[in-house]
Amino acid sequence: MLTRRLMTAALIAFTAVPALAQDKPAEKIKAVATFSILGDLVKNVGGDRVEVSTLVGPNGDAHVYSPTPADAQTISKAKIVFVNGLGLEGWMTRLVSAAGSKAVTVTATTGIKPLKMEDEAKPGHMITDPHAWQSVANARIYVANIRDGLIKADPAGKSVYEANAKDYLAKLTALEADVKAAIQKIPVERRRIITTHDAFGYFGSAYGMKFISPEGVSTESEASAKDVAKIIDQIRKEKIPAVFMENISDPRLMEQIARETGAKIGGTLYSDALSKADGPAATYIDMMRNNIRQFGAALIG
Amino acid sequence: MHALLIAPFSDYEFMRRALASIVALSLGAAPIGVFLMLRRMSLIGDAMAHAILPGAAIGFLIAGLSLFALAGGGLIAGFVIALGAGAIARLTQLKEDASLAAFFLISLALGVTIVSMRGTNVDLLHFLFGSVLAVDNPTLLLIVAIASISLVILAMIWRPLVLECVDPGFLRSVSRAGGPAHIAFLALVVMNLVGGFLALGTLLAVGIMMLPAVTARFWARDISSMLAIACGSAVLSGYAGLLLSYHANLPSGPAVILVAGALYLLSVIVGPVGGLIWLRPPRRHLEA
Repeated sequence: MLTRRLMTAALIAFTAVPALAQDKPAEKIKAVATFSILGDLVKNVGGDRVEVSTLVGPNGDAHVYSPTPADAQTISKAKIVFVNGLGLEGWMTRLVSAAGSKAVTVTATTGIKPLKMEDEAKPGHMITDPHAWQSVANARIYVANIRDGLIKADPAGKSVYEANAKDYLAKLTALEADVKAAIQKIPVERRRIITTHDAFGYFGSAYGMKFISPEGVSTESEASAKDVAKIIDQIRKEKIPAVFMENISDPRLMEQIARETGAKIGGTLYSDALSKADGPAATYIDMMRNNIRQFGAALIG
Repeated sequence: MHALLIAPFSDYEFMRRALASIVALSLGAAPIGVFLMLRRMSLIGDAMAHAILPGAAIGFLIAGLSLFALAGGGLIAGFVIALGAGAIARLTQLKEDASLAAFFLISLALGVTIVSMRGTNVDLLHFLFGSVLAVDNPTLLLIVAIASISLVILAMIWRPLVLECVDPGFLRSVSRAGGPAHIAFLALVVMNLVGGFLALGTLLAVGIMMLPAVTARFWARDISSMLAIACGSAVLSGYAGLLLSYHANLPSGPAVILVAGALYLLSVIVGPVGGLIWLRPPRRHLEA
């Protein structure tokens, strides 16, 4: 009996050792990003030297996210933590200190000029709009901050990070040109949509589109009949051509509004989170391309 | 007057749809609420609300946001819970409400687990439970179909159902229809609740089922008039609640239920059958 147990133990030990040994030489830098879009940017800059985990995965909502013990564990093992800042992750500083982590925290929005937006919970009250990544120009600042943060945490990889960031920034430049070209194709008076989520403030101000959020319809509170009637009146009066639903809000109300006003229902936009790997917005660049494709499809003609 | 009472419905299709779905729900669910109340099962609706969650969640995992899958899953889970609780109550010494409580807690925990296994932390409940302002054609058809089936089946099991409410011992001595009627009735409860949750939300489904029923108790002594009053007060609550939601800018589901609740409180006070104002102070004993 004893021998058999020993043999089993030995067997496990032997199979486990090579697996460990294989991991050793690579010794990736463990990085944590708070949500999927930021995680994608970090992946692009870090390349093979960095292992990125994201706390809020694809299709998750960072606004209402509550951390799990496994997240605290991930953070305590990380060497560097990337956060968006601008108030997106209220829970993050507490989580980092609660996890007893000694990780460097990098705020990706450092140096970005923040916009204000209306607080969903308290109408009339202005708060900082955290969705800065929706402007490609801002994403370039994110990338620079990520590069500098990684270099600080892992000076040996400096040249790799600089090269990766340079490549990726070139891709972002091409992306921004495409975004501008796509918006140019839409007639000026049709550059207006209604969407359930107010994540497009930076996109709107950077590229000249108007995003109107239906008043009172937030993910948190139930809409009143008056709210819905107001939105319908607004669409009819201002002749808003399209209504967009988001991947993280209840679509049924928007469908009802579109049915009633004759506004076109746009496809799925991604604003706060990427789609799963096989979806249309698996990376930041795919996400932006998906969104401009959807805007074009609904607003042209 | 027109602007106050009719214009919201003539101007907006979503208001007409909301009203139509509430009327259909009232006709199906309010009579069932009356029978639930008479059989002292008034809280079963709340338990069922939690019990259907795993079924609807499994339906969502398999087929995504399809009304058919959600309703199917919810119905199956509801039936399993109702029949399981009934069977345990009959075979062991545990009472039906106690075994139902146990079942719905297990079911709720299972549902929450399944929902979180999905991996995203989006509030799935948001998808599982509808809103009265966003009723589309399939949903409206579902509610109307459920209401129609309910009324037909209620008519079919009417006699055993009424007898079981007033004198279950007599029913058992003259007929064997009691068991099947009870099962059919439980099926109706589950059907109405599931349809109501998916289309209109938990609060509205359970509220429209129970509040008008307990209101009716204060206005009538015989079951037929109680049913009529329950249906009438449910429809009235729906109409007034939607208007309230429209004019006073309140969330719609709670507005409808608040009106129904106000009607109930009013009935408790002035209802001709056992209302508070008809209570006479106890007469003094004759004294020598």
